Amino acid sequence: MAVDLDRCTGCSACVIACQAENNVPTVGEEAAQKSRTMHWIRIERYYEGEFPNPRVKFRPVLCQQCDNAPCEPVCPTYASYHTSEGLNGQIYNRCIGTRYCANACPYTVRTFNFFHPVWDKPLHLQLNPDVSVRQLGVMEKCTFCIQRIKASEIQAKAENRALGEGEPTPACVQSCAPKALVFGDLSDPDSEVSRLARSPRGTKLLDELGTQPRITYLQRDSWDGQDH
Amino acid sequence: MVKTTEQIQRDLLRPVLDTSWRVTPALAGLALLVLAGFSAWMYQVYTGIGVAGIRRPVFWGFYITNFVFWIGISHAGTLISAILRLSNATWRRPITRCAEVITVFALLIGAMFPLIHLGRPWLAFWLAPYPNQRGLWPNYRSPLLWDFFAINTYLIGSLIFLMLPIIPDCALLRDHVSGWRNKLYSVLSLGWRGTQKQWHRLETAMHIMAILIIPVAVSVHTIVSWDFAMTPVPMWHSTIFAPYFVAGAIFSGIAALIIAMVFLRFSLHLEDYLTAECFDNLGKLLLVMSLLWFYFVFAERLTTWYGNARPEMAVFWLAQRGPYRDLFWVMVGCNFVFPFPLLAIKKLRTIAGTFLASVAVVIGMWIERYLIIVPSLSHKFLPYAWGTYRPTWVEVTITVATFGSMALLYLLFSKVVPVVSIWELKTGLRESEG
Repeated sequence: MAVDLDRCTGCSACVIACQAENNVPTVGEEAAQKSRTMHWIRIERYYEGEFPNPRVKFRPVLCQQCDNAPCEPVCPTYASYHTSEGLNGQIYNRCIGTRYCANACPYTVRTFNFFHPVWDKPLHLQLNPDVSVRQLGVMEKCTFCIQRIKASEIQAKAENRALGEGEPTPACVQSCAPKALVFGDLSDPDSEVSRLARSPRGTKLLDELGTQPRITYLQRDSWDGQDH
Repeated sequence: MVKTTEQIQRDLLRPVLDTSWRVTPALAGLALLVLAGFSAWMYQVYTGIGVAGIRRPVFWGFYITNFVFWIGISHAGTLISAILRLSNATWRRPITRCAEVITVFALLIGAMFPLIHLGRPWLAFWLAPYPNQRGLWPNYRSPLLWDFFAINTYLIGSLIFLMLPIIPDCALLRDHVSGWRNKLYSVLSLGWRGTQKQWHRLETAMHIMAILIIPVAVSVHTIVSWDFAMTPVPMWHSTIFAPYFVAGAIFSGIAALIIAMVFLRFSLHLEDYLTAECFDNLGKLLLVMSLLWFYFVFAERLTTWYGNARPEMAVFWLAQRGPYRDLFWVMVGCNFVFPFPLLAIKKLRTIAGTFLASVAVVIGMWIERYLIIVPSLSHKFLPYAWGTYRPTWVEVTITVATFGSMALLYLLFSKVVPVVSIWELKTGLRESEG
């Protein structure tokens, strides 16, 4: 995935789309104040420049699907593991809730079910049937919408063809109006996401930790305090 | 005053054979405390781990602090007693057993916490590598799994180490009591008749265990420290952690031993056995460990400060100037500033002096573990995701109850087995007589 920070408006549509797609529970006001929100993607706000000419920068942060992920080796039950496609899988059924992975993750993108999830009526009727609902004591995080990836792969295989550009599309990418989020196959050098990953504007989040994240953030080097 | 073997036997069997009326209210009070902690835990299991104060990003709090603390306390016994046995220090004889039993009980309590802190504790058995039809095994790369094996090895090892020297004393008790107690001690004494061959085998087994248990004890707290050091978290990911934790564990272990000995001395009237000399010697050991602890903390923080890496410095200043500043200085006071003069000046290294120093050290070492865990987690790499932690009544109740359960187990043990090894004192007497 590539995230163009120069395009992100911070509208948070991706946060909501992800929540609807992946059955992410809402926790209520009290738990939210305790910093127990469950969003799989968050928009970080950073402020640049001095008054009277400040500027807000947004950075959508989700699981970076690291190639060398700190969350994986620490899990005692293999609930957090590396899939053959290179994603960081999370097997909810196998998770016993040590929360070790969440401590090891330098991006703090893993969320934990402190209680059984509850959906206020009638929201319980609009759960996505393709995504399992996680129970109490289980860790969860962004899956790159694995259910959509699998569905596209099955469809393409049935039609005896390769996956096309823009197929599959995770919910956050689909809902991003300014097209700041771009998803695709990094192993295909001609895909749009591969082209963007090679951009000179590209950086990896906390690259120095050696986690080899799969998300490239695109932005101008720095902002000179002037709007051009 | 040198006692005869008859006096030794009478004095040390008395706490087991006669029970003062004061024991019942003490037992009841401690049992209530344990019950309160157990109820709090059951409430947490029923409602969800969310009733604890942990949150994002501080996913570990009081429970893991208690885990490290109690596993640390467990280094009192076995390690100290093994070293003293191997070095043949004569003043060890009255204290080895009360040290060894701390190990077993503190390990049992410490090993509870990884279960208490789980999101789904009813699935904890998935940590064990048991054969199953799905071919699923635990992840041997995870330090938590290393913990599982290290703690179990240590628990079994220290249980054997504790039970071996108990055998002759149980045989002695077997010959002094009747009824169901006779049956109990018959089982515990494993057919001990005191033959030459049996003595020889016992001495050999104890010697082998004393040697084996030392590397096991060191490995346990090394692995506990690696739970932290193996993750890329600021101030956790450090090569100093393994020796730092082992030293801290022995430090808090000696302090716990001194506290337990003071209680035994006064409640069971063992003034002639747990003598001022024992406290003086243990006080010297505690002094060495206090200096070592201070050296480790100084080395850790100075290298961090000079390294000046931004994520580490965020955590560093949190404890130095930030909201954890007061706790940090209480820790330094409890672990070094306060106990140092009490233990270094010969006049102050009395029973009362070592006791006060030990209480301070136990408090200080609990705070130390808290300050290792919480500030690092609350200030990881991305400032947007920084957070705080505040324990709830559930965590506090369970924490307090563990101290109650330690006292309860200790009290019960002292009513079943002589806390000072009778046969070892008799042997000492014979040796001193030549």
